[in-house]
Amino acid sequence: MTRKTNDAIEVRNAVKRYGTFTALKQVSLTISDNEFFTLLGPSGCGKTTLLRMIAGFEDVTEGGIFLFGEEIEGLPPHKRPINTVFQNYALFPHMTVLDNVGFGLEMLGKSKSEARKRAGEVLEMVQLSQFSARKPSQLSGGQQQRVALARALAPRPKVLLLDEPLSALDLKLRKAMQIELKHLQKETGITFIFVTHDQEEALTMSDRVAVMSAGEVQQLGDAREIYERPRNMFVADFIGETNLLEVTVDQIDAGRAACHLGGGHRLTCDAVDGIGAGARVHMSLRPERLFLSSAPTESESLKARVRENIFIGTDISTILDLDDGPEFRVRASNSSRGTSRVFEPGTEVFVNMERGAARLLVD
Amino acid sequence: MAKGKYDLRVYPGFRAITLLCLVILYSPLIVVMVYSFNASPSITNWEGLSLRWYADVFTGPESAKFKSAARNSFVIALIAATVATTIATLSATAILRGGKFRLRTLSFGLISLPLMVPEIVTAVATLIFFNAIGFDRGLLTILLAHIAFCIPFAYLPISARMQGIEATYEQAAMDLYATRRQAFTRVLLPLMAPGIVSGFILAFIVSLDDFIITNFVKGAGVETLPTAIFGAVKQGIKPNIMAISTMLLGVSVVMVTLSWLISRKDRKT
Repeated sequence: MTRKTNDAIEVRNAVKRYGTFTALKQVSLTISDNEFFTLLGPSGCGKTTLLRMIAGFEDVTEGGIFLFGEEIEGLPPHKRPINTVFQNYALFPHMTVLDNVGFGLEMLGKSKSEARKRAGEVLEMVQLSQFSARKPSQLSGGQQQRVALARALAPRPKVLLLDEPLSALDLKLRKAMQIELKHLQKETGITFIFVTHDQEEALTMSDRVAVMSAGEVQQLGDAREIYERPRNMFVADFIGETNLLEVTVDQIDAGRAACHLGGGHRLTCDAVDGIGAGARVHMSLRPERLFLSSAPTESESLKARVRENIFIGTDISTILDLDDGPEFRVRASNSSRGTSRVFEPGTEVFVNMERGAARLLVD
Repeated sequence: MAKGKYDLRVYPGFRAITLLCLVILYSPLIVVMVYSFNASPSITNWEGLSLRWYADVFTGPESAKFKSAARNSFVIALIAATVATTIATLSATAILRGGKFRLRTLSFGLISLPLMVPEIVTAVATLIFFNAIGFDRGLLTILLAHIAFCIPFAYLPISARMQGIEATYEQAAMDLYATRRQAFTRVLLPLMAPGIVSGFILAFIVSLDDFIITNFVKGAGVETLPTAIFGAVKQGIKPNIMAISTMLLGVSVVMVTLSWLISRKDRKT
């Protein structure tokens, strides 16, 4: 069943069970060559299990995993041209940085001098040449992270797996590493599969993201798609900040769904496959795509009262109470254009939305 | 130490009790050490500093006996510690790295249990065992017995060390194209080295000073240092015994210091 394809990794109907517990329920996805792909989800969603199955540390209960069209399930980790950057780095403490980075090549049968030469090149790429002779414990967390990266890249794997490699770094360093990782991926042309629970990280770096929860892929798409058109409650809630409103769909007409929520408020938004008239579903409204005004700007402006303004630096978040309705959040950027739309607590205002701000969700 | 409410030193008599414990623990040893340098043949009267009893150990009428006993002791300790350490390392690897297998808890118990069994019971059992299989008592029986009772002593520091080594190191090695065996020899074994050295040293010392089991399983005329010393003491304590004891103590102190230095160096890097 060998066929060459452009898909670096194909996971086909993969199931993983530990005794009676099912960690992965029938996951299928394909990851293209040269893609920066992210598995995103809360802890326990199965993302790390899936990564370990691709690396070869866990076997697949049902289904298969293919690397460029070739089945790799059953191969031990050392026979898979796939390398991993571990969450805790797992640098060998008894070896120098140079020997750590050269380890994979040496195991592949390269001579010690050849391994060291290539290791030196990769260390240069991550700007750590001057630390070659040190032991990992003599490096800072960020440097250790880069050594781990260099070690995994040195044998030129076909796929690089990264298991939450940035979670131990402080915010500034993490942001810098996100960009460095993205560049490194483009530079090397190696397929990256990145695991994280940090949605911002996922959106920043990835070509495509698979949002996972409860052992299933909830949605797969590029960052925009996932953020702007979440398919279900979980994705809308997990990615970014959102207002989740319970609505009833009144009628569907020309691809638009007319809905109402408690208190007689009416809203119209794009119709979604699988949600028909009469359905009681949730609607997601991104706070930054809403704006406030003292008079209604359109027929569907929602009347509300300002409860509190919260200063968050780049943004100002306003909490409102909808008339006869739930609590609501609106975000305005902290700029002259944005702050002109900030109102004192107690003021009666109208909530207006940009087209496409509202999105119906499958539960 | 923080001078908090729970500082032990606030309790009355803390200093006195500590001092008393130290005196009880170490005064006999100090007496033996000091009197080993006594010029007098008496073990109670001090007649000035001398190395004559050390010379006596190596050249005196009993020197041949002591030399052969010392050689036996060191050879047995070396081989027994080596074999026991190897077995303990393999057992620890199987028990801690072999995944979950049936009887895993039992295996661990079986390895550690001999530490809790009274030594005299082990001695009698070993003797009966050798008799039952018709083994002639001699150096070999001592060696086999020592290997057996040294295993749990070697196992403890080795498994303690291995428990502290995360499995991700081996996974990282296998991820980087190392076979299971290479992951063991190139990564796990070097990381375990300090534990293995401690295990070896502990086994060596335990073997070196074992008396009860050795006395049961040794053949007639075959002596190790502890049994030779015991034999000599039966004819009255002479200062040369103190000299031997002091040297034996010296060996133990050197080995324990070595073990401590190795573990300290490891913690630094």
